[in-house]
Amino acid sequence: MSAPSLLAAAKAQARRDLRLVWRRRGDAAQPLLFALMVVALFPLALGSDPQQLAKIAPGVLWVAVLLAGLLTLDSLYRGDLEDGSLEQMLLAPVPLAWLLAVRVAVHWATTALPLVLVAPLLAEFLFLPGELLPVLMVSLALGTPLLSLLGAVVAALTVGIRRSGMLLALLALPLFLPVLVFGAGSVMAAAQGLPWAGALLLLAAGLVLALVLAPLAAAAAIRIALT
Amino acid sequence: MNPVLLWFHQLGSPPTFDRFAARWTPWGFGLGLLGMAIGIYGALFMVPADYQQGDSFRILYIHVPAAWMSLFVYGLMAVYAAIALIWHIKLCEILAMACAPIGALFTAVTLATGSIWGKPMWGTWWDWDPRLTSELVLLFLYLGVIGLNAAIEDRRAAARAAGFLAIVGVVLLPVIRYSVEWWNSLHQGATIKLFGESTMDASMAWPLWVMVFATKFWFIGSLLQRARADNLERESGKDWARAAAGVPR
Repeated sequence: MSAPSLLAAAKAQARRDLRLVWRRRGDAAQPLLFALMVVALFPLALGSDPQQLAKIAPGVLWVAVLLAGLLTLDSLYRGDLEDGSLEQMLLAPVPLAWLLAVRVAVHWATTALPLVLVAPLLAEFLFLPGELLPVLMVSLALGTPLLSLLGAVVAALTVGIRRSGMLLALLALPLFLPVLVFGAGSVMAAAQGLPWAGALLLLAAGLVLALVLAPLAAAAAIRIALT
Repeated sequence: MNPVLLWFHQLGSPPTFDRFAARWTPWGFGLGLLGMAIGIYGALFMVPADYQQGDSFRILYIHVPAAWMSLFVYGLMAVYAAIALIWHIKLCEILAMACAPIGALFTAVTLATGSIWGKPMWGTWWDWDPRLTSELVLLFLYLGVIGLNAAIEDRRAAARAAGFLAIVGVVLLPVIRYSVEWWNSLHQGATIKLFGESTMDASMAWPLWVMVFATKFWFIGSLLQRARADNLERESGKDWARAAAGVPR
């Protein structure tokens, strides 16, 4: 039996992952609800002064998106590990890193992309000035895939551990910090009228680097965890 | 085979390493303690007070060596982890995991002394500035490595997974090292340099160099001690390990 082409394998993997998400589409809404509630906590805790909220809005939005992404990481490999399909992916004639890259892409598109799309709504809750919205959207569009890729590496390391949720968060957060600094920092800089393109370019550079390296690293980590 | 290479290969065997570590651990600790005693005496009694900072600057003789060690130990841990992953040398897994708690403590000492110094100088214990924040992130990384190592049952799989995390974390090292130069920071730039002109006077610099070497020796002693204990624990079923640990038959 000859190995399928990379494209065919990616298609099959993506179709399977998307179908799995669709069959449990109720779960897919959870990160959205979570981010919405985190954002709602701040006006309740700090009072509803629009000026004060507008000042902290970029940071709060970024933290909400980051935390929602963190909570979805656990599900990245959990199901596949339990039903044994992760081992099949290991044995597949297609490189594991390639399959994982497709998996992360689907995961990002089903958990983080909706968050980016509702960001204008969340921003409105916090009275984010309209002219900052494009910067926020671009920073989220560049930053969330980077978070997903970094998270995929860390989640792969903890794949064999039962009850790994808290540990996963503790391992992932230090690696997420630079993304948060540059992501939220770009919007903050724009709010103060400072040049903001530099932070976004750094995010983009990090994303390009992670697109190449993170699937390889995740594959290596899965091999360590499963052997 | 080349004798040095042969010695190096033999060192990878647990009993040989145990004898080696037992022999050199007291030397590491001894030279480290002696160096620290000389360095701290020099720092407290022989060095003149700084014209700007008065006597407060003397904490730098602990702060700076600890900060260097926090980065150096992390780098070494990643190198051991890489060797362990590539060549599956069990001893390197042990050494990498033995590095983590020592490095974490050096990082904690760096943060603590820095904040004690910061209170009289900057008027604040803590500032969210790039250098301080990145050092804090380094501490989190160390704790993550220790935590992951502790969370996995199988010792070898645990060391490999935690070692891999250490390697991933290496991307942050240059950010920490150069944060003072890249961003505007409250933290001062480096005044002492290995290469090129130091901006610190030689009369003030010598205890610092003594401390730098003393912390290295202390680290060697501590690393060998920890690695030896872990090594004996992993080999605890074997006769030589029981004999080396002084367990009666």
